Amino acid sequence: MLQLSGNNEPDGAPSTLLDLRRGDAAILDRIDLPGDEARRLMELGFLPGARITAGFSAPGGDPRVFQVDGSEIALRRETARLLKTRPDKGTRRAAGARIR
Amino acid sequence: MSVCGSCHGCETSVLELPRPAATRSAPPKTIALVGPPNSGKSTLFNRLTGLRQKVANFPGVTVEQHTGVAELPDGRAVRVIDLPGIYSMSPRSEDEQVAYDVLTGKRADTPKPEAILLVLDSTNLARHLMLAAPILSLGVPTLIVLNMADDLRNRAGHVDREALSAQLGAPVALVSARRGEGIDEVFDFMAGALAKPTPMELPVLQDVPKCREWAGRVGRQARYQPPAPPQWTRRLDSVFLHPVAGPLVFALVVLAVFQTLFTAAVPLMNGVRWLFDVSGAWITATLPPSAFRSLLIDGVWKGVGSVVVFLPQVLLLFLFIGILEDSGYLARAALIADRTMARVGLQGKSFIPLLSAHACAVPAILSTRTIENKRDRTATILIAPFMTCPARLQVYTLIIAAFLPERRLLGVFSSRAAALLGLYALGFLAAVATAKALKSSILKSGSTQFLLEMPSYRWPTVQSLGLRLLDRSKVFLRRAGTVILLVMVILWVMAHVPTQGGRAPAIEHSFAGQIGHAIEPAIKPLGFNWKIGVGLITSLAARETIIGTLGAIYGMDPETHSGDLETAIHHDLTPGGAVALLIFFAFAMQCVSTIAVVRRETGGWKWPALQFGYMSVLAYSGAFLAAHLIR
Repeated sequence: MLQLSGNNEPDGAPSTLLDLRRGDAAILDRIDLPGDEARRLMELGFLPGARITAGFSAPGGDPRVFQVDGSEIALRRETARLLKTRPDKGTRRAAGARIR
Repeated sequence: MSVCGSCHGCETSVLELPRPAATRSAPPKTIALVGPPNSGKSTLFNRLTGLRQKVANFPGVTVEQHTGVAELPDGRAVRVIDLPGIYSMSPRSEDEQVAYDVLTGKRADTPKPEAILLVLDSTNLARHLMLAAPILSLGVPTLIVLNMADDLRNRAGHVDREALSAQLGAPVALVSARRGEGIDEVFDFMAGALAKPTPMELPVLQDVPKCREWAGRVGRQARYQPPAPPQWTRRLDSVFLHPVAGPLVFALVVLAVFQTLFTAAVPLMNGVRWLFDVSGAWITATLPPSAFRSLLIDGVWKGVGSVVVFLPQVLLLFLFIGILEDSGYLARAALIADRTMARVGLQGKSFIPLLSAHACAVPAILSTRTIENKRDRTATILIAPFMTCPARLQVYTLIIAAFLPERRLLGVFSSRAAALLGLYALGFLAAVATAKALKSSILKSGSTQFLLEMPSYRWPTVQSLGLRLLDRSKVFLRRAGTVILLVMVILWVMAHVPTQGGRAPAIEHSFAGQIGHAIEPAIKPLGFNWKIGVGLITSLAARETIIGTLGAIYGMDPETHSGDLETAIHHDLTPGGAVALLIFFAFAMQCVSTIAVVRRETGGWKWPALQFGYMSVLAYSGAFLAAHLIR
């Protein structure tokens, strides 16, 4: 079943990495963290404009592995919540992309 | 390097090595290895230095310093420093600060490296190149080592070395440290002329997005073709991080760890014990009876032997954990454990040290270095000694055997095994409760975020595993060789003076016995007598010494001389006292080596003192309660 990536929130409600389920992708908009912490995430690849795909997770969904800039980084929900995203327009998930 | 340019006797053609006359620099005396974590830097370090490496601490910080000596093909030696894995050079963490200070020559204890080997993961080049910017800006001759070239090839990735070298103004080597490909290029760099890097452009170092853009540009100029995603990693993760299969595998792995401790290690332990027995018997037969022989046998051999006998267990456990770590699985285990750890205020990375502590707290505490959050790390260090280690196990086994008849509970479960399991659980619960208390109060974390990089799965190399095992066994044997040895000698002396008529005194009248009598009033409420008291004193240094001490005391006592230790203890302790003793050992901190390593890793006496005090109070209260509740 083809599905547009990103989410279908109405404009105005910010979406975050938390909203991504496994296989979903989004574009990072901004990181709502103080300078030092944000920098650490940016060094790992979480840069505004980067495409982030949600991967596997621990049972229960927390923490979850995110594929970004060639690496796989695991984040807790409390961090994922602070990474604001915008939909990844222009790409539709191909049939083989979801690994079920 | 000799050049036979003018010799006519040699028929073979000789390669004359290029040597620019004026700029020929002396070979580097010190070279530094720098790179992001998971770039295979350590594997390269092992390739270059082999057995000629050692691990120490940078003075003043709890950062590990790996140094080694690499031998160049022409026989000259080069000192290699393996710096901690860093993502950038903005000095925020201790690791990055130390790396920066070493590379700029600001550390008094380490000479400024004359050259740098920048190790990058070639399968993740676009991002790893970010580190090239601050490194090249140092102006130190640098070799860009693109590691994991085999993975790049196998996954259809590609990079134009010459173009990259031109962009960065520094030589580039394609290497697979794991398989040993391209290593001679690294040696050539170390042996050859060194020139400062002349990059075409460098970004503003403090601006992370700009740095990433620069890295991307450089990569594109070098016609970098990223490899296909690692299929095997995804496939394995679909099992290891499966909602049901994942935790199952995790539980199996933990079970396997304990199984290793209890069964697989046993024949090896028996082997070590046999070695000590045989050599001890030989000494007894060879040397005439004397105080020295008694010291050697009763003090050194018995004492040190009782520690060294654990070496197989420790090594097997660390071999197991080493395989898990090098293969990449441990990151997944930390991920699965995170939620549970978070409930007590810790995080997934604390899981591995706490698991290792079941073999020996000393190397376990050393492995907490991977926990970046200082408070989480301190909390993990403080609770690690609660885990039931083989030393405690020995004491438990003896007391349980002396007091608990072997029965089948519900027709299936062994009563003794159940008691043992209960004690394991007790230690674990005490650790967890202490963690919760610490993390809610004095070690309350700020808002540090949990980040864990999941490396691709790789086959561990025999060389890395072997070297790590060697390192661990050195740490462990140093413990036996120094601390325990010293303590056993002191104990032997205390038990054999003051001499009465040139012969050793009865244990009651020796210094050790006198001290035991002196503390008896304090331990009587716990149901212990002076003999147990002497045992407790000796066990302060190392838990298992109580067995030897009690064996000696009862052995010297004409009343209990002929019976075995279990019977002797059975007569000297009430059931309440036995439980009290078990609980005392479950909670007490009785390991000088642990205290020493905690002091080193936390950088002071504050934490080990607090830890010792807290555990002692807990042990005493627990034993007190047990002695009075159980009649």
